[in-house]
Amino acid sequence: MNIVLLPLMPLLAAIFPPLAIRSGRTLCAVAAAVPTVAALLILAAAAPAVYRGEIVRATYEWLPQFGLSFSVFLDGLGFFFAAMILGIGLLIIIYSRFYLSQDDPMGRFYAYLLLFQGAMVGVVVSDNILLLVVFWELTSLSSFLLIGYWRALPEGRQGARMALVVTGGGGLLLLAGLLLLGQIAGSYELTEILQRGDVIKASPLYLPMLLLVLGGAFTKSAQFPFHFWLPHAMAAPTPVSAYLHSATMVKAGVFLMARLWPALAGTEAWFLIVSMTGLITMLIGAWIALFKDDLKAILAYSTVSHLGLMTMLLGLGTPMAAVVAVFHILNHATFKAALFMSAGIVDHEAGTRDIRRLGGLLHLMPISATLALVAAGSMAGLPLLNGFLSKEMMLEEVVHTPYAGNPWIMPTLATVGALLSVAYSARLAVATYLGRVRTDYPHHPHDPPVGLWIPVAVLVVPVIAIGLLPALIAGPVVERTALAVIGSQALPSYYLALWHGFTPALMMSVVAFVGGAALLMAFKPLDRLRLATPRPEAKRIFDRVLDSAARGSRVVVATLHTESLPRYFATIIVAIIVVGGAGFMTGTHAAGTRAPLPVNGPALVIWATLLATSLAVAVLHANRLLTLILTSLVGLGVSIAFIQFSAPDLALTQISVEVVMTILLLLALNLLPRTTPRETGAIRRMWDGVIACSAGLGLAGLAYAVMTRDFQPISEYHLAQSKPGGGGTNVVNVILVDFRGFDTFGEIIVLCIAALAIYALLDSSLKGAAARRLESMHQGDEAADAHPLMLVVVTRALLPLAMTVGAFIFLRGHNQPGGGFIAGLVVAIALLMQAMASGYVWTAERLRLNAHTMLGVGVLLAGLTGLGSLLFGRPFLTSTFGYVHLPVIGEFELATAMAFDTGVFFAVVGTVLLSLAQIARVEARAERKPVPLGPSDIRLKRMAATVAPPTTVHGKEP
Amino acid sequence: MEFLVASAIGVLSAAGIYLILRGRSFPVIIGMTFLSYGVNVFLFAMGRLSVDRPPIISSDTTIYADPLPQALVLTAIVISFGMTALIVVLALRGFLETGSDRVDEGIPKLPEPAEERLTS
Repeated sequence: MNIVLLPLMPLLAAIFPPLAIRSGRTLCAVAAAVPTVAALLILAAAAPAVYRGEIVRATYEWLPQFGLSFSVFLDGLGFFFAAMILGIGLLIIIYSRFYLSQDDPMGRFYAYLLLFQGAMVGVVVSDNILLLVVFWELTSLSSFLLIGYWRALPEGRQGARMALVVTGGGGLLLLAGLLLLGQIAGSYELTEILQRGDVIKASPLYLPMLLLVLGGAFTKSAQFPFHFWLPHAMAAPTPVSAYLHSATMVKAGVFLMARLWPALAGTEAWFLIVSMTGLITMLIGAWIALFKDDLKAILAYSTVSHLGLMTMLLGLGTPMAAVVAVFHILNHATFKAALFMSAGIVDHEAGTRDIRRLGGLLHLMPISATLALVAAGSMAGLPLLNGFLSKEMMLEEVVHTPYAGNPWIMPTLATVGALLSVAYSARLAVATYLGRVRTDYPHHPHDPPVGLWIPVAVLVVPVIAIGLLPALIAGPVVERTALAVIGSQALPSYYLALWHGFTPALMMSVVAFVGGAALLMAFKPLDRLRLATPRPEAKRIFDRVLDSAARGSRVVVATLHTESLPRYFATIIVAIIVVGGAGFMTGTHAAGTRAPLPVNGPALVIWATLLATSLAVAVLHANRLLTLILTSLVGLGVSIAFIQFSAPDLALTQISVEVVMTILLLLALNLLPRTTPRETGAIRRMWDGVIACSAGLGLAGLAYAVMTRDFQPISEYHLAQSKPGGGGTNVVNVILVDFRGFDTFGEIIVLCIAALAIYALLDSSLKGAAARRLESMHQGDEAADAHPLMLVVVTRALLPLAMTVGAFIFLRGHNQPGGGFIAGLVVAIALLMQAMASGYVWTAERLRLNAHTMLGVGVLLAGLTGLGSLLFGRPFLTSTFGYVHLPVIGEFELATAMAFDTGVFFAVVGTVLLSLAQIARVEARAERKPVPLGPSDIRLKRMAATVAPPTTVHGKEP
Repeated sequence: MEFLVASAIGVLSAAGIYLILRGRSFPVIIGMTFLSYGVNVFLFAMGRLSVDRPPIISSDTTIYADPLPQALVLTAIVISFGMTALIVVLALRGFLETGSDRVDEGIPKLPEPAEERLTS
């Protein structure tokens, strides 16, 4: 079986539980269990190979250029973790079926759970470290959803957010660290990286990379000082806590340290940082656990403590310590998940998790209490249970480990940790299950349905079995997993057994038990002492950090985001001037050698007009109508310049665009204020003038420098191929519709999008605040006659002529100046003239093809022409042409580019008509002018009013 | 002639930049139009200037003006029309919604929602 399915199957199957919930809760749980079982079967199929010592792999390319591939592999360590995740996952699915109440949306719960399961399996089987980060972040996201599952609970939401901030932030550190690691090792595949430990440890980037990777691992595994999020994540439903916060997700950090152990461990830095962090976490977690009253809080801090223990073992850097770490991961997963589920049972049955309100449950719920007591015994490290074995081996290891030259530090602190562990385990067990039976429970507790305690029992069986027969039950797993952790080194000789003789470790254990009991005796005065001393509250610090980060970003945003367009423009332009100025200052300034063209009289006149109008606009822009007229004058000047400099197509385009633009601005100006108030002071205007002049000077200088230099154009190909390749003599048009047809295709799509955006913007302005403002506008009666008869008659007579001109310009476009763009503009102007003279409604009624259709037709036509070439096995938009002989007319040329140009034509006409018609419609609303129907618009207004009551129609609305 | 074109580019752009630094929407639109003129002529000038050599293949001559900048500027003119139309309508809609055509001050800010606090 393909092991890629291991992570993918739960991820993809996550959609089924929400669908299955309609058929009942049990079926919903089955829908979640099936993919889990299937993944377990795939894993089982791979087991023989893995336990022969082979590595099962599967690789798919994803983004090879970034070193990201979808490659997974299964060795002893990956197998061990995947089995743990899927196995405990299955138990949790069964448990949750009975744990969740009727009101909880179960489909969503299982969907989140499967998402998490897939992501977590992905983390442990990833071969590519970038893929590992992807799955790593997916676990953060899905755990966020699971912790906040009870959305109504503020603790749930806040705990979820805190977990996301801490673990998600750690994920970013990890990403940075793994990118560095990949750079150092020269590969992003773990199987490669693990072979290159020596190269990695010798790199100068080793320390920063190590710190970043450990940042990811420590946040995920709740190591000090990031331990605070885990207890807050306990707001999650208990199955989630049992799954994520004891057995799987929090072990991801430990997993990562174990996975990268051959590549990273064994250095001084690794030892000092990792083992000390682990030790401190172990002590702090255990100390806080001792004083908590909530069952889940005790278990949460105990988990923090045990994770610290595993981290410390991995930090020691010796192969033997790695073996012990693996063994403890296994043992901890069994007893801690069992304890969490037991806490859920207590909560479910007794209605409280507060150990001050619990007691004597052994008599009320004997089965589940027995199971919980066994698991708690293992947590305390009682002999005959699996927790004892790994604790003994841990103590044995630290005895041989001097820290900073002192042989006593590690053993003493480890013993204190074990002692505290005994104390809180005993306190939990005694206060909850032992003692006299209480009668003041919110509801009467008894053993829960089988579905709730069976998963606990399944986990308690290995707790005892491993405790009694460690070598037989756990031996092969530990050996194969440890081999994968330590990589190429030889496995140390060790002996998993109950009795090792009177070793120092046994002595330390005895001290821990006696000390733990003594500590429990002195609990009350100790608690008072603890409450009297000030304690740093990690959560409050976290809140304060988050607050100041939010305040800081708000200040930054407020400074940068001033919402002043002139300021943004000024920033951009000044930045460009500075960059350009720097280039100018550092470059050479030799004059160009290209011979200048001689100046002629008309050119001088046009130049002087352009200059004068530009200056006039800058000075007189307060009068908006005058500004508009001057602007169109400038446009005219530019068109003439294009004619002068051998660009007839550009001149035609510029002048037709000028007409359309002027109409558009006139229409807009009708609704906008007529004058611009002078608001800026003289100094500000002067500064703006300086900025504008510097930029203008720079552009002018650059243009002059380029124009006076010779160059090698790249258009020789276009000139040479225009006729033979494109079938046209107008090279500009052939470039547009043929050589660079794809550009043009993109461009007409942009035009259509702009037109549709305009339509959307104005269509909705006929409602709401904008509509009220429109209605309150009163237009002056500047023109006595809205539709002068003279204009109406002339434009109607001109229409066929204008259309003929348009067709002429279009048809000759391939060989002479013209083409789809220009023809489109000319025809649009002809139609606009009708609208101006006879009214928008009159025109719209007679225009069979409306603007939307034209846009669609244009894009479709151009696109289909392009696609047509695919039918002949050519690339998109390949053009062809041929000569057709028609009687009478004679031989003429027909090119596919013509069809493309037709598309351009329609898109341009559609865009122009849609934008202007839309503004005209809004305007009709402002004038509140009854829009006349039929040909009545030619009649004079007063007559229309007296002859018949006009049908009042505002725009298109009834 | 090159000097005339270069100085015209400079003046058109300078006028455009001065206008887009104003605080009302209409001058900004006009300024954008001026900038488009300046930039279009600038791009066109990158193909160097030539008189009476339109890039239309004929048997009489082998020297033509560079057609590529012309094709690029042609599309640029049409696109800048589309964009101008869009910002005109944006300005119009903004004015109709708020009753102001200022572009140098933001819309009134809504009060921020109260931050959620951890309560334990």
